[in-house]
Parts: sequence; C-alpha cells; structure tokens
Amino acid sequence: MTLPVQTAPAPAGPAPRTPTRPAGHRRPGGHGGYLPYLIPAALLFVVVIAIPLVGNVWLSFTRWQGVGSPDWVGLEQYRKLFSDETFWLSARNNLALIVAMAIVPTFLGLLLAGAMFDVVGKRFGQRSASALRASFYLPQVLPAVVAGVVWGWILHPEFGALNEMLRFVGLDSWTQNWLGDEKTALLSVMAVLVWIQIGYPVVIFMAGLQRVDPELYESAEVDGAGWWQRLWLITVPQIRPEIFVVLLTCTIAALKTFDKIFVLTRGGPGGATNVPSYFSFQNFFEKANVGYGAAIATVLTVIIVGLTFLFLRAQHRDER
Amino acid sequence: MSAPTLTSRQRARCRPDPVRWVVLIGLAVLAVITLVPFGLVALNAVKSPADYSQGGPLQPPNSLYLQGIIDFWVRVDFGEKLWNSTVIAGSVAVFAVLVSVVAAYALGIGRVRGRMWIIAIFLLANLMPQEALIYPLYYMAKEVDLYDTRLAVIIIFTAVQAAFGTYLLSAVLSRFPTEILDAARIDGAGKWHTLWRVVVPMSWPTLSVLLVFFFIWTWNEFFIPLVMLVSNENQTVPVALGVLQGQRLMDATTQSASALLGIVPAVVFFLLFQRTLTRGIAAGAVK
Repeated sequence: MTLPVQTAPAPAGPAPRTPTRPAGHRRPGGHGGYLPYLIPAALLFVVVIAIPLVGNVWLSFTRWQGVGSPDWVGLEQYRKLFSDETFWLSARNNLALIVAMAIVPTFLGLLLAGAMFDVVGKRFGQRSASALRASFYLPQVLPAVVAGVVWGWILHPEFGALNEMLRFVGLDSWTQNWLGDEKTALLSVMAVLVWIQIGYPVVIFMAGLQRVDPELYESAEVDGAGWWQRLWLITVPQIRPEIFVVLLTCTIAALKTFDKIFVLTRGGPGGATNVPSYFSFQNFFEKANVGYGAAIATVLTVIIVGLTFLFLRAQHRDER
Repeated sequence: MSAPTLTSRQRARCRPDPVRWVVLIGLAVLAVITLVPFGLVALNAVKSPADYSQGGPLQPPNSLYLQGIIDFWVRVDFGEKLWNSTVIAGSVAVFAVLVSVVAAYALGIGRVRGRMWIIAIFLLANLMPQEALIYPLYYMAKEVDLYDTRLAVIIIFTAVQAAFGTYLLSAVLSRFPTEILDAARIDGAGKWHTLWRVVVPMSWPTLSVLLVFFFIWTWNEFFIPLVMLVSNENQTVPVALGVLQGQRLMDATTQSASALLGIVPAVVFFLLFQRTLTRGIAAGAVK
C-alpha cells in the first residue's frame, strides 16, 4: 500500500501568513511573474488527476463494456449499487480493515510506544528502545505485495509454515485453510494487516513523545500514578496531534486497500474478503462493467474526501 | 517490598524493579514475533524442496541450496524487473521533486494570488483513490499509444507525487528567509536564477528527504503498474511478484525464494536511507 508514511512528513496545515509588509517592501518580482512556474504542475494535475476524475464520475452515469460508446443511464448504476449485496458485504469488510489498519494499530502503538518510552528508554537505555522500534517497523518497509507473498506462503493450507508448525507440535486439528475458508479468511487478513501496520504508529508516537517533558512522568510517579494512568493521563493528551494524524492516514489507507487483498485472497472465498476498491477493479477489468466500477470508485472517493474533511474539522476544534 | 526510607522516585532510579523487566521481556517477545516471518522466509529460501518436505519449515537446511532462488530469478527475469522498478522510481523521484520545487517556488515564495486554494487542491489530489482515476487513465493511455509503457507510469506517478510535494514544499518555502531573497535581488539575480542558485541549494535537506520518499513510494506501488504494464518485459518487482502469487503454481521453497527477492531491495533501501527516513518521519509527522 501506499507506505503509510505517505502523508507523514506533512505539516498539519498551510503555513502561517507572514504579517503584511509595508508597501514598497515586496517580495522580488511581485505576484504576477511567478505564474509560469505553476505550469508544469498544473498541466500534470489536469491531465493525470482532474480529467480522469471527471471522466470517472461521468462514466458512473453510463453503461459501458469498454468498447463502442457508453450509454447514458443516469443514476441507475447507483441504484443498483445500493441494493447490491456484494457491495454491502465489501463495505462491511472494509470496516473490518479499518479496525485492523487504523484502530488496533493505534491502540497497540500507544501501548508499545508508551512502554518503550516510559520503561525501556529510561531504565534500559535508548539503544534497546531503538532496536525494538526498528523491529516493529521492519514490516513497514516492505512493498505491501511482498508482505502479501510472505504471508500467502506462511498461511498456505498444504505447505504453509503455520500449518506445518501446528502439525509439528501435534495440533493437527488446529490446522486451517487460513485464507481459503470463509470462517477464517477475513480474520487472517486482519492479522496480517496489523503486522504490516503496527510499526507506523509506534514510530510516530515515539517521535511525539520526545516532546513530552520527563518531569511530568516523574511527578506523576511520585504522586503514585500507575503505568496505566500515566499512559492515559499524560501520554495520550500530550501526543493527541499524532494520534489524529495516524488515525486519519491509516483510515484512508484502509479505504484504499487493494494490493494486500489482490495478493492474499483476490477478494475470496466467495467475497468474504472483498473490498470496494477491489470490487471496482473487478468490474472495470474482469467483468467489463465499466459504469458500475466507476460508480463504486466514485462512492469511495466521496467517502474519503468526506472523512478527511470531518477529521480535519475535529482536529481544528480540538486545537482551540 | 518497599524500603520506607526511599521515595518512590529514588527507588525507581536505583534499580529496575521486576515489573519493568516483565515489560521489557514482553516487548522483546513481541518484537521477535514480528521478525519471525522474515526469519522463516530467509531460512526456507535456501532449502531444497526435498529438504522442506522432510524437515518442515523450522528445521535448519541440510545444506545451503541456492537453486530455488536462481531458478526463480531466471524464470521471472528478475534482473529486468529490478531495472524497470529502478528506472520508474528513479525518474519519478527526480521529475516529481523538480515539478514540486518549481510550483512551490511560485506558491511559497512568489505568493501568487489564490495560493491557499491551489495548495488545498493539490492536497486533495493526493487523497484521491487511484481506482477513481484508473479507467480514464487506462483509456487515455491507449488513445495516445502509451499503454504498456514505463513512460505512462512515470508520468502518472510524477503527477501524484508532485501533488504531495507541492503541498509540502509550499509550506516549507513560505518560511524561506526574506533577507536572502532580497540580497539575491539586489545582486541582480532574476527569479529563475534565484530559484536554482539560492532556493534549491538552501532547501536541499528537505528536497533530499522528498527524493528518497518519492523513490520508495513509487517502488512500492502496485495498482497502477498492474493495470498499465501488462507485458512481462515492462513489469516492476511488485507487479511480477503479485501476479505470480495469484497463479498458485509455486511450491513452498520457490515461494519463499520469491518473497526473499522482494524483501532484499526493500531492506537495502531501509538501511541505506534509514537516517533520511527517520528524519522525515520524525520531523514532519506533526507540527
């Protein structure tokens, strides 16, 4: 997937305006002369993002096999979409992926980063904390597809390492077709996603904790606050901006999940791990149902933009 | 348990108490569990198929068997895939940084009118799911004969990464020291000259972080290359591995060999750029 650090180096908002200068002391060249510098970026934006985006919305109002000319059908694709069981199943699965990619890693990341900062870093030295952090981060550096190949092999029903190990310790009855059985497929995918994702919140939260004044912890400790209380009363409020960023970027990444599903399960078995992003791909390129695929992709876009807007507004309100 | 003469602060400083050891051991166990898949892959990629079926995935290999890796390398022409990935990710990183810094020069330093809106649009562009762009892009690429070429993928990702780069660099350049710009102007440097001789060299630390991030992000991309690059000789590493994985023709050791070949470049980048990456993640995460 997008490496989830994708939006990490982003400052939280547009830069503050510098105070207005007295007239006559303007930046070199004034405003007008700079416009040509925007041409390459604007051209790329229009060709690669704006036109395709509008084209996709237009396609979602048509029926088209990909050849010949599209037939205008108005809102029919959307009507079909909202009564399509497969779509709703994929939407529910996507919620499960949000749990696995955003909510669980944020929570675990808080526990791990808190423990590493508060206990390991202080009592056992910074080097052990860094080594632990690097271990948790390693899955994050893999292309998602490679992570999928690794786990596709480990979870393989016949020769996978997990089943082999279970047989080895005599737990034959525990062996499963992990990714091929409807009962276990979604949970297995979720577990893999947690493994992939966990390093990102750990690194971000540990970086955020550098800001926190150690005195806060020490005086809380003297006042008899336990580890758990310190986590909730000091760590969480202090790194609230980081928590916002992690939740937002991971939720968006979860909504865009395609590569892991493609490699691990191809949405199967029987749609048990299908997600809207993969479902739209199937309609575009496997079923030649372009209008329907475009409608799914449009709905996904609206959800992502809406969610981002809500998050940013909540963060803005929180900062006041 | 507690010595009454010591305050808890002093006690905590004197020696790590048992609870802290439990926390440390718990974390270490979790870290090892995280690393187990890497170990399993490395262990079984150098095992012969006979060895695997006999001893299972946990047994150390009887002898170092590299044929599995070699066979897989030859079968997918892995060198070619590495080259394709390098060409695509390298070109995108360079072009996207160039486009972003030029645009950000106009937005952050030139302060063109309506820049807030322009920056917001670039940020939004970065959020768009690729699914919502793919079919028109696929159609357009076919129309202009760029379908199944690396150039198509390079153009698309230059636009996607430059959208993010413009957003980020506009904020960075808007804090560029005015005195230096004024000095350059007084020395008679034009806008173009100031950009390349003053702004770019002074922003190099940020630009180099962006260069590394763009390279790695593009290297890891799957969806658009999967759609755009259908013929074998144009495919990238993730596409080749992902497509083969779907075919389920592989035995256990070949599959771990393929996983190992995918892991190695990623880990090499990580080690090479570790400091740049941590700087980028840590410094920029939140302001």
